[in-house]
Amino acid sequence: MKKINARGLDCPEPVVLTKKALKDNEEVITIVDNKAAANNVKKLAKKLGAEAEINEIENDYEINIKNNENKHKNEQKDSTAKVYFFKSDKLGKGADELGDVLIKGFLHTLLETDPLPEKLIFINSGVKIVTENEDAIESLQELEDKGVNILACGTCLDYYGIEDQLAVGEISNMYEIVESLNSFKVVTV
Amino acid sequence: MGPKTLSQVLRQVDFFTEDEDLLIGLGTADDATVYKIDEERAIIQSVDFFTPVVNDPYIFGQVAAANAISDIYAMGGKPFLAMNIVCFPSCLEDEVLVEILKGGAAKVKEAGATIAGGHTVKDDEPKYGLSVSGFVQRENILPNSKAKKGDKLILTKPIGTGIYASAIKGDLCEGGKNNPAVRNMLTLNDKAVDPMHANNVRSCTDVTGFGLLGHMVEMARGSNSTLTLYSDKVPFIEGVRDYAEMGLVPGGAYDNKDNFLGDTDIANDLDEVVIDMLFDPQTSGGLLISVPEDKASDLLIDLYANGVEEAAVIGEVTGEKAKVIVE
Repeated sequence: MKKINARGLDCPEPVVLTKKALKDNEEVITIVDNKAAANNVKKLAKKLGAEAEINEIENDYEINIKNNENKHKNEQKDSTAKVYFFKSDKLGKGADELGDVLIKGFLHTLLETDPLPEKLIFINSGVKIVTENEDAIESLQELEDKGVNILACGTCLDYYGIEDQLAVGEISNMYEIVESLNSFKVVTV
Repeated sequence: MGPKTLSQVLRQVDFFTEDEDLLIGLGTADDATVYKIDEERAIIQSVDFFTPVVNDPYIFGQVAAANAISDIYAMGGKPFLAMNIVCFPSCLEDEVLVEILKGGAAKVKEAGATIAGGHTVKDDEPKYGLSVSGFVQRENILPNSKAKKGDKLILTKPIGTGIYASAIKGDLCEGGKNNPAVRNMLTLNDKAVDPMHANNVRSCTDVTGFGLLGHMVEMARGSNSTLTLYSDKVPFIEGVRDYAEMGLVPGGAYDNKDNFLGDTDIANDLDEVVIDMLFDPQTSGGLLISVPEDKASDLLIDLYANGVEEAAVIGEVTGEKAKVIVE
């Protein structure tokens, strides 16, 4: 059991501290000194599928949280997990050179995000990123090492005749792609 | 300050506002003051400043300026002059202030106005904003108090910047230009002004600290009308629902709920998370527009054509009693 003193802290601190504590503890008690913060911590618990109870003690609020789902954590799909959907080999519409630079920067920045995306899906000319764009491939390899699933559309690789040049990730089919787009939050790039 | 405390304080002070050229003053809790210049023209004046909502000082400067200028657009005018207001701690590097001011200047320039000066005060926490002046043809003044039964209500930007600001503060998302809420806050409301004048818009206000519902209540009170909001039609910034569910609801949203809930009838089955989002205090929010029904589709078309692509009809004026109904 972990106790967090979040008195005197403004939103979002109490929520952020509780969220961190719940990663490693089955039971967390967060103490805050205002009702808004107490409600926010309770919302967090609900979102994470944990039980929470608010007790008013003098001028403070103690939120007792029991994280029942902890054991099943890995099986549970994180509702914030995202799939990035790359529909072209450039980022945005405009000059091609700029689009190239941006896609490298984008993938590099993606490495810094927390949580990391669940999957990256490349379709149409997007597959050129996983075959030719060296800098991008470097970032993608790092992402793959960190457990991000990288999928390239097989039909598209075939169309551009670059099926044998896949440098990172795996070849995927439309069924798997549609399935992924349906089961996660999708960010279209 | 919250609207309740503020009105309690203001009630005790005589501001000697008998000047008959003062067209819009404190009376209707409008976005800005409007003062008659001559038979055709009036000057609009407003001031707004606040603590950083994002970490990047240049972006903060831009957002603060977009937010301050917005009041001029909400009254139907165009800005021409602005003055900086700065509070800055001695422990921060000057470079930070340079970036804030650069951001503000860039946004004011984008709006076609000029920064003519300003004032700085030493303070523990940085704050930045501007006092902005604008011109308006008197026939084009858009108060928040003329909504009429039968009007459609249009919102020009999606909701959720307050919750996003909490998520940025909590490091749950990055606060750079790619953040959808940051993009939202950086967008000026300038492109909505001409379409409003071309389509007989009756009333307009910008959605800021009191949240969508708070500003609807103020429009309902000012206009003595019932505003009905269709919550499923309200555009929200992508991803904001997740953060709201996670409890990243700013204290201001709870204050707004306390202050305005009494003037709202909210459908019993409405999701708690949606209510939180509807009360979320906005920074540099969109315009809430009341337009005669027969002009609503023309206005939407003009807004889209002018680049205000996220505008949506979110409700209508359904009665003559001052309140807000949420369905």
